[in-house]
Amino acid sequence: MIKAILIFNNHGKPRLIRFYQYFAEDMQQQIIRETFHLVSKRDDNVCNFLEGGSLIGGSDYKLIYRHYATLYFVFCVDSSESELGILDLIQVFVETLDKCFENVCELDLIFHMDKVHYILQEVVMGGMVLETNMNEIVAQVELQNRMEKSEVNQVI
Amino acid sequence: MSDVVEKTLTALPGLFESQTGAAKITNRLRQLIKSITELTSKHEEENLIKRELSAIKEQVSSPNTTMKQMREIMVRAMYCEMLGYDASFTYIHAIKLAQQGGVLEKRVGYLAVSLFLNEGHELLLLLVNTVLKDLQSTNLIEVCMALTVVAQVFPKDMIPAVLPLVEDKLSHPKEIIRRKAVLALYKFYLIAPNQVQHIHAKFCKALSDKDPGVMASSLHIYLQLIRESPDSYKDLTGSFVTILKQVLGGKLPVDFNYHSVPAPWLQIQLLRILSLLGKEDQSTSELMYEVLDESLRRAEMNHNITYAILYECVKAVYTIHPKAELLEKAARCIGNFVLSPKINLKYLGLKALTYVVQHDAKLALQHQMTIIECLDHSDFTIKRETLELLFRITNAQNVTVIVEKMLDFLCYVPIKTLTFAPDNSWFIQTMNDVFSIGGDLLQQDDPNNFLRLLAEGKPEEDDQLRLYAVESYLTVLKGHTSHLPQCFLQVMSWVLGEYAHLQESVDRREVIRLLTQLLDQRSVSSETRVWILSALTKIPEGQTDLILDLAESLSSSQDTVLRQQAQELRHLSQDSQLREWVLVENSCAVDSSLSFLDGFVSEALAAGAAPYKPPHQRQEELSLNLEPYSFSLPVSLSSCSITDRQSPTLLSVSSGLSGNSAELSTLILEGVKRVWGKDGYLPQKEATAPPVDEPSAAVQPASQQEAAERIEPRPEPSTQNQDKQQLASSLFVGLGVGSSVSLLGKSEAPPPRFRKKPRPHESSSSSGTSKRSSDSSSRSSRNTTDSFLYGSFPEEEPATSISTFDHTPKSTTANGLSQNKDTKEDRHANTSQILGGDMVIVRPSTIQDKHPPSVSSDLTALLPADLKDLPHSDVISLTSDPSLSLSSCRLFRDEALLLVIFISNCTETVIKDVAVQLTCEELKVCTGNVMDCLEARSTSVCHYALLMDDPHTNVSLTGTVSYQTQPGHTNTLPFSGTLSTADFIRPLVVTTEEYGKLWLSLSHDVKQNLKLLTDAGDPLRTTLNALKDALQLHVVDIIGSEGIVACRLLSGAPCLLHCRVNGAALAMWLRSPHPALPDFILYHCQRALAHH
Repeated sequence: MIKAILIFNNHGKPRLIRFYQYFAEDMQQQIIRETFHLVSKRDDNVCNFLEGGSLIGGSDYKLIYRHYATLYFVFCVDSSESELGILDLIQVFVETLDKCFENVCELDLIFHMDKVHYILQEVVMGGMVLETNMNEIVAQVELQNRMEKSEVNQVI
Repeated sequence: MSDVVEKTLTALPGLFESQTGAAKITNRLRQLIKSITELTSKHEEENLIKRELSAIKEQVSSPNTTMKQMREIMVRAMYCEMLGYDASFTYIHAIKLAQQGGVLEKRVGYLAVSLFLNEGHELLLLLVNTVLKDLQSTNLIEVCMALTVVAQVFPKDMIPAVLPLVEDKLSHPKEIIRRKAVLALYKFYLIAPNQVQHIHAKFCKALSDKDPGVMASSLHIYLQLIRESPDSYKDLTGSFVTILKQVLGGKLPVDFNYHSVPAPWLQIQLLRILSLLGKEDQSTSELMYEVLDESLRRAEMNHNITYAILYECVKAVYTIHPKAELLEKAARCIGNFVLSPKINLKYLGLKALTYVVQHDAKLALQHQMTIIECLDHSDFTIKRETLELLFRITNAQNVTVIVEKMLDFLCYVPIKTLTFAPDNSWFIQTMNDVFSIGGDLLQQDDPNNFLRLLAEGKPEEDDQLRLYAVESYLTVLKGHTSHLPQCFLQVMSWVLGEYAHLQESVDRREVIRLLTQLLDQRSVSSETRVWILSALTKIPEGQTDLILDLAESLSSSQDTVLRQQAQELRHLSQDSQLREWVLVENSCAVDSSLSFLDGFVSEALAAGAAPYKPPHQRQEELSLNLEPYSFSLPVSLSSCSITDRQSPTLLSVSSGLSGNSAELSTLILEGVKRVWGKDGYLPQKEATAPPVDEPSAAVQPASQQEAAERIEPRPEPSTQNQDKQQLASSLFVGLGVGSSVSLLGKSEAPPPRFRKKPRPHESSSSSGTSKRSSDSSSRSSRNTTDSFLYGSFPEEEPATSISTFDHTPKSTTANGLSQNKDTKEDRHANTSQILGGDMVIVRPSTIQDKHPPSVSSDLTALLPADLKDLPHSDVISLTSDPSLSLSSCRLFRDEALLLVIFISNCTETVIKDVAVQLTCEELKVCTGNVMDCLEARSTSVCHYALLMDDPHTNVSLTGTVSYQTQPGHTNTLPFSGTLSTADFIRPLVVTTEEYGKLWLSLSHDVKQNLKLLTDAGDPLRTTLNALKDALQLHVVDIIGSEGIVACRLLSGAPCLLHCRVNGAALAMWLRSPHPALPDFILYHCQRALAHH
């Protein structure tokens, strides 16, 4: 199970926060800070896995992360997930974002937080991996986009 | 950064163009984000968000806000929440949006709901009808959204409402809907398994769905189901094998390829399922050998994801019934992982090795050089995993090196490994390192356990160890001390105070000087100063001048405790008669019969404590194992030997690999003549020298000698490499056949030096220094009459218990001083440090209990109707005051302990605003209630559900009742009590087969011989029934002289008990997934039997 998905930038500013297990609001913030602290001090040439911080459940949980330019994508998962599998799932997610936003960058995530959430919902549902096939994910997102466009057209 | 700016400039206009209609609104969001990026301080951010939130508040309550604006507002609210600000006033609007809006509004509304609300939130109830409506919608997107929100946030009790509709969706024509429905059902299964039991057939249909995506999602469910009961799904093995074959054969649409690997995530799931099915089942395993082989062969492309598959494959090969050919291939794969330059793969290789060494230690030997390199790797995660691997292979021969490596790493030494301590000096030296590096980060128990270890030994046997400690500490103190952590200073001062006299050659003035010197240091905390002064008090007389100087200088200290203690010190040093009387020297006549404790002992016995057993009666105990101490349980763990272990896993492994393991023993011989140490290794002993001095070599058959020669020739090691090889040989020493025990982390024969340690229970009466244990045993004995003793203990009882856990044996007898405020404070400092959180002495400040418990027994009639039928304890009076009297009763519900509190109004007037507040650190207090008023002479009932997630021996509860007798005049009445783990144990009803399976899957075990009740015809049955009555266990089966019993902690972790009649004792073996639970259950079993 995926326990949480955190995206923050190189300064620790949260860009997308999605918890699949309940944590109180202030606890969530502490977890983000702790995770940022753990992840940000790691070099780029070390492995992409580390033990979860004490707040999110310690050694029973793994943080699996990827660092893209200005952003960290961190998935917190339990021992039932495959490390390399999740690592590539992050890649799939980012590639999907790239397709949907055309050259995705941090700003897209800031200004379209809701959209990123909708895309994520097609990849992970309630902490379970729903879809790993990028074309399928993009197709679902397109479907929703079309709906949005038709609304705009109506207004005009 | 510049490209980001550029991107902003180009992106922004486009942003508005695409949403012309919403441009103005988007402006607000943009404004918000822009202003946030311009902020310089957290304080400014707070102000800005506060302003933003009040603007949002205004907008949402305005009737003119359109639905579309609402959408945008919701995104802003999400943004604020993401930054950690409370926008809870928008929650209801999120629900409204989902209820009333069109598809787009619903989308935002549902998203906000799933981000904002947790499963327990009451607002979710408002969503049920909307979700039901959307599930039946003809709009695909609406159905999808409803399914998503259901899987995301719906709690247990709301599942029945939506279940039929979600179930219907399994046959929906669109595959995306089917897929989401399958996952939603999986989520339901996870939170409420019994509610979806009836649809297992439909899961099967999903498994054979024509859409591979739907099939893939159904594997989630099957993985879970098979993990829980592999036997029920053996018949599906063929199907899973076929699916995997088809995937491997490229039968899936190309769409499912990822980097030209066919459906990798699907393969991973299937491999996991297969490994679960094939575990310990030869015939099922045979079905999958072929496809596993194929999988290993196929996954040779050079991409991350193929390694993910390989890793699962290797794990599967080692989990199922072994096949030599596959094992060989898998071992080669692990080799590739470990040797890979890619760091992620190296990590997985180490992880695989850690998994595999339990089955086959040979592999670790093959890769010893790589492991050594990983120990010094710059990556923390890699190091950590390597240590984990080393920890698995710790044995008596390599413990020194492994512990040294662990110390290097982060001073994290699982004290358990010290079980193998080879000699005194190494032990003390290692503990010095642990204290000085680990310092105040250590668990509070560690220094205490160490001191107890020193204190509890017999004088003649352990003086050696103490002497060594004294010597070593004097050396440490002579050096630079300002960097030493406080806990180390405390340990040293205690040891010096207590044992400096053992060392004849040491000048006492020198000891005093060294300790005094510490007092002058600024970095020394006042708590440590108290320890040091206590030590100085104990160092015998004759040095009055030094002491007087010291007392003089401290008498002006600002710290009252120190001042007080300095005064005391001065008095003592001047009045030798008082001193003699107060601080009895060890050499003085000691009341070895401990007659002064008779009163205490008989009281404890009357309360049901186990009688003292002399050492020879105690069974063999695990030496230096500190686990039982940390819980203060009167439990001794018998050391498990390999012969006792009946796990089929182990048997099958040893039989299957016997051929290989012979070779193994020859490998280790290399360089093991001498345990490696910093100065202990003898380089002139070459690795290729015939290992004649190794006892095992003598019995080695010739064929194995040959094998040794075959392996031993290596490329000539460079000198730099030689160090590593030495390290390797000392690390992997003892990984041979004979010592396979050590692989399990258990030693058959640790050095006798460290075998002993009385159990806390007995030691409480014999040693005053075992503070914690005596405290707990005096408490536990008190609790035996009823584990839920409420209210205050008779006044003298706390006093007794305090004197037994007082700091030193000498001051224990210092009755004359016990009135001194400062010794009390000293003691307080020590106890709070020594007692864990769950060991707080409850001394309620309430009025004494005036009613005998029996008076209130009819109170159970007042229980609410739905609770009346639950098994319950007697009603106990809690506390009372002139207006109210409180009693309580425990009700044993399956998933919780219900604590019912009866509040009776003893006056003739109405009492208003009665509110009960209950707190407990260790337990989850679930529900509670408040009542408005209490009529004259009436009784009201309130109840709390208590949940215990982690077991504790005894848990203290505290609470207060506040009430008003006259308006504006609030009284409070505090109360407190304790609960024991036994209150939280529930029977676990399983069949013998289920028990067997569960047994094998559990990892933490404890063994112990218990008293057998022999007074009846069938001792085993009588004993088990006694246990069952006392602890609510479930007796699964009794076969001959063996019985199996199961229980669980509420509805949480199970604990299985296996009992065997062994002469006049009952050999009990407990297993549980929870590391501490067996200890607690064993403790309660012991008590129940002793009490019987």
